[in-house]
Amino acid sequence: MKTTRFQQRDLVWGALVVMLAALPLIPGVIGNSFRAHVMIMVLLYASMAQSWNIVSGYAGQTSFGHSVFFGIGAYGAGMAVVTYGLTPWPGFLAGALLAAVVAVLISWPCFRLSGHYFAIATFAIVEIFNRLFMVWDWVGGALGLDYPILPDGWVNFVWSQTKVGFYYGALALFVLIFGIVRWIETHRLGYYLRAVREGQETAESLGVNSTAVKLSAMAFSAFLAALCGGFFVQYNYRVDPPMVMSLEMSMKFVLITILGGLGNFWGPLLGAMILIPLQEYTRAYLTVLGSGVDLVIFGLIIVLMMVKQPRGIMGIVTDFRARRRRAGALPDAGA
Amino acid sequence: MDIFAQVIIDGLLTGMLYALVAAGLSLIWGVMDVIHFAHGEFLMVAMYLSFWLGFLAGVDPVVSWIASGVFLFIIGALTYRLVISHCIGKSAMPPLLATFGLSLFLKNLCMNRFSPNFRLLQDTLLGGKTVMIGSVVIGLPQLVTGVFSLIMLLALYYLIKKTRLGWAIQATAMDREAAELMGIHTDRIYLLVFGMGGACVGIAGGLMTSYLAVHPEVGSLFGLIAFLIVALGGFGSVPGALVAALIIGLVEALAGFYIAPVFKYVAVFMLYLVVVMVRPKGLFGW
Amino acid sequence: MALLEVDNLTMTFGSLVANRDVSFQVEAGTIVGLIGPNGAGKTTIFNCLAGMYKPTAGRIVFDGRDITRLPAWKVSRLGMARTFQVVRPLKEMTVLENILVGAYLRQADSDRAMEIALRCLKTCFLEGDKDRPAGDLTIGNKKRLEVARALATGPKLLLLDEAVAGLTSTEVRQMVGLIRGLRDEGITILMVEHIMEAIMPIADKIVVLDGGIKIAEDRPAAVVANETVIKAYFGEKFSQRLKTMKQAGAS
Repeated sequence: MKTTRFQQRDLVWGALVVMLAALPLIPGVIGNSFRAHVMIMVLLYASMAQSWNIVSGYAGQTSFGHSVFFGIGAYGAGMAVVTYGLTPWPGFLAGALLAAVVAVLISWPCFRLSGHYFAIATFAIVEIFNRLFMVWDWVGGALGLDYPILPDGWVNFVWSQTKVGFYYGALALFVLIFGIVRWIETHRLGYYLRAVREGQETAESLGVNSTAVKLSAMAFSAFLAALCGGFFVQYNYRVDPPMVMSLEMSMKFVLITILGGLGNFWGPLLGAMILIPLQEYTRAYLTVLGSGVDLVIFGLIIVLMMVKQPRGIMGIVTDFRARRRRAGALPDAGA
Repeated sequence: MDIFAQVIIDGLLTGMLYALVAAGLSLIWGVMDVIHFAHGEFLMVAMYLSFWLGFLAGVDPVVSWIASGVFLFIIGALTYRLVISHCIGKSAMPPLLATFGLSLFLKNLCMNRFSPNFRLLQDTLLGGKTVMIGSVVIGLPQLVTGVFSLIMLLALYYLIKKTRLGWAIQATAMDREAAELMGIHTDRIYLLVFGMGGACVGIAGGLMTSYLAVHPEVGSLFGLIAFLIVALGGFGSVPGALVAALIIGLVEALAGFYIAPVFKYVAVFMLYLVVVMVRPKGLFGW
Repeated sequence: MALLEVDNLTMTFGSLVANRDVSFQVEAGTIVGLIGPNGAGKTTIFNCLAGMYKPTAGRIVFDGRDITRLPAWKVSRLGMARTFQVVRPLKEMTVLENILVGAYLRQADSDRAMEIALRCLKTCFLEGDKDRPAGDLTIGNKKRLEVARALATGPKLLLLDEAVAGLTSTEVRQMVGLIRGLRDEGITILMVEHIMEAIMPIADKIVVLDGGIKIAEDRPAAVVANETVIKAYFGEKFSQRLKTMKQAGAS
């Protein structure tokens, strides 16, 4: 029964959040450790990927330009703190709103481009923003923005002694974004998004204003990606164009989601859980083998994944379930 | 006025080189509908091969281009056989991401083995020499590379338009199933096309070491520009690639000189966006 | 005033004239059939009505409103739903989800949309396939899904494009019963059909197209006897032979 499946997913989700929230209560698990860093990065990247999932997974518009929104969010917070001496919070909001507006302005003309041309257009946009920010003095140009020393706490959203604050910040972001996607999934927007993905003309014959739907998806997605950018700049105490507005960063959004499973609620989390620890631990422990080893392995994994199971981890799960069902092990309860 | 002519000629020569790089990509894209993300990195591999042949064995780029052409043909064919053939299908993402993974792999492998340092061949046959036409100074390697690229492009065009193999390629590009029904072994055609795409960058890369330094990032920029050219010219079209490449070479040179070097590529990207808005399938697209 | 008025509708594609000066009316609460040989321009008319094409000339007035230049989604919102001749299930979504997409047009609230969807599911005999991916259905069920989905949008006028093509005779009878039931509920139906046994018994009026122009608009019995219609389907020779046969029979 469909309703039962919805409830099941929500239970798992709820339990996970509770567990994660309770984790710092166990002494020594979080603290200032590298492990805490990895967990925070997993939560952050999972959130980023999930924001991208809205547009690319659910609506089927593959964009490589999300690092632009991420970057706008980062610079929003960064400028609030460094240029204007405020707390980052107005920056978070301003960055997110600006990102949503930019998203709508850029995507509207781009939507009439088909597949490959659209993808390349998104590359071009990232590169344009990247280079512009490199020479724009108001945002710090190539040097970017560096944070001064600030007192710890939620007001300034920085913590120097322990990672617990950042951990809860990342968790809050995670809950927000995953929660929003869950809401979208079970309400009209989610159905309209998927209908547009499956057949735009068909959807329109059913009364779906596909342009409006795609633009809302972009706006939502950009808003949330920007919030992640805001967190990112706080965590790193600085920002410059290559850190946030680059094709590399855009590809991270893409890869994590695809590796986990595009268009699927759990995909971004699964993808982040595999790729981020891989990235962080190889970067930390394999430097003896020389630079870039983590990316060599990354690249190889991506190739293998695409050859063997392009639908990602969720693809593996679905195939496994389908095979078991055919063998008669599970009742035919529908996909 | 002379400076203007200088900038124009520089732009055109750069464009011709870009055209050869882009032609391979355009072919792969047009025939197989695959966005070959590692195309730039293939160029990088070609350049490294040519560099090491020159550095360790004293082979000059004017000769080693043959080796890199052949080597990259093989690499291209292998990539198709081992990777692309397994993930080609109705979705464009798997081959795109697979080639992206490949590009990461190749780029960082070279970074790891050869370090990020820029490496330039000294004492090559063409390097450092110039030619004067009127009051315009042209680098000899650029001139030779540009002209040679043009010749290769014409050969490629002839191959596709006038030979039986070329017709088989066109047929496969238009409708794979129909081509199969005509007795065309489309899998082999795809293999060949991927190899040919590799050969194009192989040749280009081999020659480029006459005057350009090789480093792990060299592929990225050329790759991105190649994409713009292919999309601008319309995928699958070799003449389209040439025209678009020349335009981009010119825009890059003009913007770089008359506005600011930093805006070289911004202008190029904006040009792409403008064109594609007006003609959503590129200038000559199918 | 008729629910749907088509006024001198012309649709050209380059030099090809698909519909030329076609005019007809559909009265509320009736079933109107649209027939004609292949290539007559029936689906093109549908596409114009539904907003997928912008007519080259002419007017379409639906429920008192000029909808000639409106896009498909707006037309749908005004109460004109359609099915596709070549079925278009939203493949990766389940049958129920497909219908829900339609239902959300009338009801933004998820629970009430679900109620509508379940009802349409039942009306169209699709309960058994509720959670199956739409792409996996048999052709018969895919056709039923087209109807169920369009039905969920709460239309005043339902455009059915060859709803029974490819179905077995039992399935045809079932679908015909379904369509009649919809009309009884107050939905007006305009259907394109080739299969005469599906349309002749239930239609209140038949419009006949041939080569892009309308050649008849009348009750089914009259259309069947219409000389121009017979000529369109069977050719000049047969039409003459039939006339001679009739005259011989009469005398």
